[in-house]
Amino acid sequence: MSLESMLVVAAVLFAIGLYGALARSNVIAVLMSIEIMFNAVNLTVVAFSRYVAPLALRQEIGSVLTGQVFAIFIITVAAAEIALGLGIVFAMYRHTESVSLTEANQLRH
Amino acid sequence: MPVVQDLAFWILSVVAIAAALGVVLVKDLFRSALLLAVVFISVAGFFVLMSAEFLAVVQVLIYVGAISVLFIFGIMLTRNVREGNVPNRLQIPAVMCASLLLVGMIAAAINTDWRPIPEAAAQMVDAAQTQSVAGATVGGPGAGYGEQDTGLAELLIGDFVLPFEAVSLLLLAALIGGLALARSRGS
Repeated sequence: MSLESMLVVAAVLFAIGLYGALARSNVIAVLMSIEIMFNAVNLTVVAFSRYVAPLALRQEIGSVLTGQVFAIFIITVAAAEIALGLGIVFAMYRHTESVSLTEANQLRH
Repeated sequence: MPVVQDLAFWILSVVAIAAALGVVLVKDLFRSALLLAVVFISVAGFFVLMSAEFLAVVQVLIYVGAISVLFIFGIMLTRNVREGNVPNRLQIPAVMCASLLLVGMIAAAINTDWRPIPEAAAQMVDAAQTQSVAGATVGGPGAGYGEQDTGLAELLIGDFVLPFEAVSLLLLAALIGGLALARSRGS
């Protein structure tokens, strides 16, 4: 297990999520793909803070945890985004009886 | 011990990538939500391998516990059995875009000279990361407050206090926005 292998796994996860976000037409499937991409980015950030902490800051223990703080912020924003995204999906479903992105072409009631 | 870590890493990678492929390819949306939980759990395993135990716990609590359940609720409330997880018309551009990006990212990850920190320092980092979690809970009051014991909490309240407050504002806005979206129109 090294930095490169962790980065490659995260890149594969990100590419799979990008494919899903571009190629699905169901809104919930697109949201799930976006979650996969968030997780890949979290993996990358934590791997960098674990393997390549900056030279000048290495003596200070707090600096090696900076990547984890970033990951915590990403998780928080992802949770808020999913709650709002699903709220919009439900409003859209009440209105149009559909969760297909190709039919979602208006923002008003 | 590194052999065990390598073995765990490869098992977790295969499980994570296979489950992620299942999420985007399986036709039944309910099954892909369950596979998404598998992806989240294996990412938590990666966090443990990188000795980020607190993040692993947060990952299981928030992603597996809350977000997966939200997705399952969403799928059950809006499921269209007839359609399922249909692809749209952008199949070929999506595959090309994702694979081009993948090739670029892998080339950048392999070709760059990363200069990782030496193994002795990595052990120290591991110990510090674990201590930042364990010192707060196991040590008890007074036991874990050495001069080097600056854990995640001190970083969050210290250096990152402005983003911390901004995130709390964001959560408040998301709460109000979610209520406004979920309210029925007449009331």
